[in-house]
Amino acid sequence: MTDTVQTSPDASFHSGDAAKARLRKRRNAETRLRAYGIIAITLAALALVSLLYNIFARTAKAASEHYISMEADIAPDEDNFLKVVKSAAKEAFPYASGRKNRRAIYGLFSDGAADDMRRAAEEGTLQTGDAVPMRFLMSDTADLYMRGEFGKLQTQPGPNALTIEPEGKGFTLRTSGDAFADALGLARTELANEAATLRRQKARQSVGIETLEKRLSDLTGPERDDTLAQIEGFKAKRDQLETKANALDTLITGDRDTRLKLSNRMASFFVAANGGILKLTEVAADTALATPLVPMESASGVGGGDWSLRILERPEIGRPVKDMQVAILETLKSEGRIEEIANWRFFSLSDSTQPEIAGIKGALIGSMWTMLVTFCLAFPIGVMAAIYLEEFAPRNRWTDFVEVNINNLAAVPSIVFGLLGLAVFINFFGTPRSSPLAGGLVLALMTLPTVIIAARASIRAVPPSIRSAALGLGASKTQTVFHHVLPLAMPGILTGTIIGMAQALGETAPLLMIGMVAFITAVPEGITDSATVLPVQVFNWANASERAFDMRTAAAIAVLLLFLVVMNAIAIILRKQFERRW
Amino acid sequence: MLNWAALIIFALMLASYIMARQRAVALGGDTPAILHSRPTYHGAYVAICTALAGFGVLLIGLILSNIAIGTALVSSVPDALSPIERDLVISDGIAIANDTLASRTDELRETIAALYTKLTTLQIWGITIASIAAAVFAMLRGIGSVAVPFRARNRFEHIVGLILMVSAGIAILTTIGIVASLLGQTIVFFSDIPVWKFLFGTHWSPLSGVHEGTMDPDKVGAIPLFAGTLMITIIAMIVAVPIGLFAAIYLSDFASARARSIIKPMLEILAGIPTVVYGFFAAITVAPFLRDTGAAIGLSVSSESALAAGVVMGIMIIPFISSLSDDVINAVPQSLRDGSYGLGATKAETIRNVILPAALPGIMSAVLLGVSRAIGETMIVVMAAGQGANLTHNPLEAVTTVTVQIVALITGDTEASTAAGPAFSLGFTLFCITLIFNVWALALVRKYREVYD
Repeated sequence: MTDTVQTSPDASFHSGDAAKARLRKRRNAETRLRAYGIIAITLAALALVSLLYNIFARTAKAASEHYISMEADIAPDEDNFLKVVKSAAKEAFPYASGRKNRRAIYGLFSDGAADDMRRAAEEGTLQTGDAVPMRFLMSDTADLYMRGEFGKLQTQPGPNALTIEPEGKGFTLRTSGDAFADALGLARTELANEAATLRRQKARQSVGIETLEKRLSDLTGPERDDTLAQIEGFKAKRDQLETKANALDTLITGDRDTRLKLSNRMASFFVAANGGILKLTEVAADTALATPLVPMESASGVGGGDWSLRILERPEIGRPVKDMQVAILETLKSEGRIEEIANWRFFSLSDSTQPEIAGIKGALIGSMWTMLVTFCLAFPIGVMAAIYLEEFAPRNRWTDFVEVNINNLAAVPSIVFGLLGLAVFINFFGTPRSSPLAGGLVLALMTLPTVIIAARASIRAVPPSIRSAALGLGASKTQTVFHHVLPLAMPGILTGTIIGMAQALGETAPLLMIGMVAFITAVPEGITDSATVLPVQVFNWANASERAFDMRTAAAIAVLLLFLVVMNAIAIILRKQFERRW
Repeated sequence: MLNWAALIIFALMLASYIMARQRAVALGGDTPAILHSRPTYHGAYVAICTALAGFGVLLIGLILSNIAIGTALVSSVPDALSPIERDLVISDGIAIANDTLASRTDELRETIAALYTKLTTLQIWGITIASIAAAVFAMLRGIGSVAVPFRARNRFEHIVGLILMVSAGIAILTTIGIVASLLGQTIVFFSDIPVWKFLFGTHWSPLSGVHEGTMDPDKVGAIPLFAGTLMITIIAMIVAVPIGLFAAIYLSDFASARARSIIKPMLEILAGIPTVVYGFFAAITVAPFLRDTGAAIGLSVSSESALAAGVVMGIMIIPFISSLSDDVINAVPQSLRDGSYGLGATKAETIRNVILPAALPGIMSAVLLGVSRAIGETMIVVMAAGQGANLTHNPLEAVTTVTVQIVALITGDTEASTAAGPAFSLGFTLFCITLIFNVWALALVRKYREVYD
């Protein structure tokens, strides 16, 4: 036989170069398919990691909150705590005079600061008297600044000596070297941009003039005069723009002492010297004009290395925390009067329009009530339906129809269940809108197919010998099922139910339909109170415009995921511990 | 009030159990074996009768009286008003009666409010008294029937059997409820507006100018919504099908047991994440990323682009496709694989020429179910897709979908009865489309199911 193979004319078919190439191709196809699989799984893993990273990185920010330590005067029978906070702030920052600065100062504090005091007063733990050391909750925007959400303040040490002379309300600063070069550069770019804009406008005027002049030859009488007047107007405008642009150019190319203005559309430049913070408003190569934000201890000059330039890249116009607030926050920080404390408030408060005092307690309790209703309906009804279909139902068209129905219901979009709830439970039965009762009813109908399918599977898994034994001992059919089959099937049924409940816990769309999207600050006390649930709270916060809600949304998601993980873990443990293989 | 009625019926149920049981015990005396049924069954039978009578009257009374009140309110409104105005007047009247915010108060609304208050008071008292009376009646009759030869166990088991059957029927009731509630509003809606204007019109802004009382038939064209849904679904499937399918192939035929034990739970986590979380991810991470990337390469990508919503929806559907495909690929018997290997085929060739053809109906059905899910998915598109109806073929622009519009209509500020028409019509369309896909998926599997020995 070996001979035959060796002498076969086809031998080269299996060993020649062509054969090797074929084999290589086949092996490459194999490698490719494997690579596609690995790429697919890597992509899925990447998506999961990126999702979880995005959630948890934001959650970490919501884990703490910032406080400002100040002394406050609290009368024993005080009831206007907002005023206490304001007067404490006024006392702590006496230099912030004028309406605008005052408002900037008050903007650093949250309404939660007054709420904290009110709560402490109600509990009788509020210390009263003059100059009581207190911690005041920061507002959401100040808190975001402290987290560096608007960029970090960069420090450039001043290398050479700085002289300070009063000029008007501010000071003239003078130093050698290139300390102000960055600011000057930015100011020049800004002016150059402005000049370019003016020249573009000028070009547009010129085009207008040309067009009109071309038309001029066709016109006579009053129309011609009108057009001539129009051309004159355009020309005047053009020259005006040219003059303005040229003036800007002169400024840009001016000598070392030409001061250029810094606008709020540019990065903010501060000078920290003598314990105060000044903001640069005009700069030249060696000099600058500055207004004090936090006053200096003395206006004497300082040596090189004793002062510094502070730069905040993001322009003032693009951030809710203004320069005054930045200066004060930086001063407080350097004085060690800002504390960062774990944010337990998040779990003890309900929804609010102010992110720093918004919490998930209401949503958690609402979810709890809703899940209670869902469980009380879906579990018994689902189990009973499964028992009927597995143990009692005759095999006929009717039961087939029920089966198809259940399988189909499992695939109906959740929003359709929401519409059903709206039409039937709310409009028809008059169930209170946005109540856990209505939500629980809808979710129970959604969870029912899951429970039924799981319960049927585990009832089917109980071996017939158990049934035969019970029936043989004289038990009735009902007794057999309820006393023997059901207890053995229970772990599997519970596992399926918990998984169904976990799905229901994360469900949002049908609850939007029945009004659970409403803004509710009260904690629901029963199944007929207005309530919201955790996923809907996530949805509401994700839609909120305040940026500080971002991290709270993520934190609420983290709590939701935690519950889901716990529920699924219980289901897995139940399955591993109690499920029997027959 | 009705809570109390329910509580009293519950108490009556407990009482009847104890009383009937004691009576049976007393009848049995020293020789309990003479009883046909054990005392517990006598108690249980009477208790279940009491509860059924009480709660049954309560529930049926509530349903019937609600219908009656609805008709009474409708007939109390002058016929001159259009249906939309009539619903508005009635809901305002109810709002006045409940001391909540009404859009307007006038004499007509006050009359309706007074009528509503009168009727609901009557309803609640009537139902309370009737249901408690029914429960007491059933309890007395049941206790009276306790006797030595009384077949309480058989009767009890018969009732339990009926309850089980009714429970199984709830699935059907739900389907009927869905169809009835959607269809009811849809028919009312289409009595004013021609169906073809809804199905083939290209302009969607149903609520503009609706305050004059009528809806403009030229503004309810749902084509932009269908187009948007279709585009997002296609993008989702472009993401989900290859990734899900290749992952399933890798898992079933290439991966080691160790790799499987890591990858499968990972996909299950992806499947267990609530859609609202995907929506947040789409809105806050994927959409800005796509917008910035687009800006960097000179493309203008809307921050509510169909692409962002579609990609994230695709990620959501990956585990769905992969686990269903994994199941069908694993269901292909090992003997087919061994036969192919025995002929000298490589793994890739076996998969391509033997396993995939055998598993194709199952995979197709998984894809169809995935499409059905993508069409019905709500939260991702509500959070990441646009609100305005925009008929475009550019995936970088904002489009809106059927589900987004349903949410916008129902949760919007417009009077509920006005917005319900278009919303429920969209819901009915959605239900029908997903139903077709689900049934198609099931039929595909049934028709081409390979029976291996």
